[in-house]
Amino acid sequence: MGIITNNLSFSYGKRTALNKVNLTLTTGFNVLLGPNGAGKSTLFSLLTGLTQTTQGTIEINGDNLKNQQSKIMSQMGVVFQQSTLDLDLSVKQNLLYYAALHGIAPKKALINIEIILSQLSLTERLHDKVRTLNGGHRRRVEIARALIHQPKVLLLDEATVGLDVDSRLLIISYVRNLCEQRGICVLWASHLMDEVKPSDQLIIINQGEIQAQAQSSDLCKQYKVEDIYQLYFALTCNAEAL
Amino acid sequence: MINQYFYCFLGIIKRETSRFFQQRSRLFSALVRPLLWLIVFAAGFRAALGVSIMEPYGTYITYQEYIIPGLCCMIVLFNGMQSSLSMVYDREMGSMKVLLMSPLPMPFLLCCKLTAIAFLSLMQVTIFLLCAQLVDVDISLLGYLTAAPAVFMIAFFLGALGLLLSSLIKQLENFAGVMNFVIFPMFFLSSALYPLWKMQEASIWLYWLCQYNPFTYCVELLRFALFGQLHLTAFTVVIAATLISATFALFSFSPKFSPQR
Repeated sequence: MGIITNNLSFSYGKRTALNKVNLTLTTGFNVLLGPNGAGKSTLFSLLTGLTQTTQGTIEINGDNLKNQQSKIMSQMGVVFQQSTLDLDLSVKQNLLYYAALHGIAPKKALINIEIILSQLSLTERLHDKVRTLNGGHRRRVEIARALIHQPKVLLLDEATVGLDVDSRLLIISYVRNLCEQRGICVLWASHLMDEVKPSDQLIIINQGEIQAQAQSSDLCKQYKVEDIYQLYFALTCNAEAL
Repeated sequence: MINQYFYCFLGIIKRETSRFFQQRSRLFSALVRPLLWLIVFAAGFRAALGVSIMEPYGTYITYQEYIIPGLCCMIVLFNGMQSSLSMVYDREMGSMKVLLMSPLPMPFLLCCKLTAIAFLSLMQVTIFLLCAQLVDVDISLLGYLTAAPAVFMIAFFLGALGLLLSSLIKQLENFAGVMNFVIFPMFFLSSALYPLWKMQEASIWLYWLCQYNPFTYCVELLRFALFGQLHLTAFTVVIAATLISATFALFSFSPKFSPQR
């Protein structure tokens, strides 16, 4: 179970956004680290089928995305970098709408929603309009939404950007726990190095190419650096920052 | 499996109606616009514009009565275009991605969306017709019943046209162009405000433009439906226009080679 990309390339006109990306992600917490413009969001857009793959292939849980998009979407939860909540609707309405789009009965969806919201300490905000929530709460609602249909693959694109420390810690620890408890494959895209643990599978992307992919502690040993910061700067050629 | 589709259908209808009722000004303006036309504009033009006996009316009618189907279609037209505006908003705000990532087929999702638009249009038209009764416009119960499917069909067509436009509009700011280049020409170059024979007397070019405007057939379909009759040509044109718009709208929502969606 996981995500496999094979020679995945994508260009915006003449500008190459991804160049022959080969990834193998298994169950567990996988961190995709890269600077802004490295190709993380393009990769997400391809993995979620929002952009059609022009070169290379994507396999998710053993199914080819091109041929089995519907099946894959029913097993995938996504939190996009940009908020995708409807601000004029309440938390409950947003979550029920998403459940409906996945063909889940309202009764069953409400049971899932109540469980997830209580885990994310959001139960009391169920009937509040999303517009009235702060950034951290909105992110939590988006995570709750991505989990309603109990996905086997969870993609989060810079889910903690712009949040305060408490919200960041809560969200990342929740996703890590979820990953352990349910044994799902999580792809966590970020440019924040303090979110990476030594035991995480780390993928470093820069200028559309995968620079390294292994357990982060192994990568540090391999590149003879002390921590993720040094590893990141060494692999993204940002030596001056060192 | 059928249940999945049913829940999805209900979910989309519920979301669209919730959004509509939360924007109370939208309902208010949707009713005030045609009522102003009916009460102020039609009263002013009543004396200037005489309408002779024509189908489906069996006798001389007042100008208010004549423009009722046109104003109903105006409501449907504005609702269809406003729904397309909300799709542009959804795309800019990112919530479109949620719809596009549904495991259910896109044609089905768009049909649900169109049904929701049609349902809202029907509701607005019914409220408008009830208000119109206050200014001596008489519509029979049969008229209401036969007009309902016609309104639904017209709303489907104009909703599909709106969805197609929403895929072409890149920014919310460009929506003003839709007002100037789609809504107004469609409405004025039709039989909504004046019979086509009057237009023919004024300008043969304008008459032909009205003849080729599918909105003319929407108005005529509803005009006859309000009298319990079927205008076969109008029915055929509206069906064909719906199929064409819906097909193009569907293509425009398929994954493109750009992640800007």
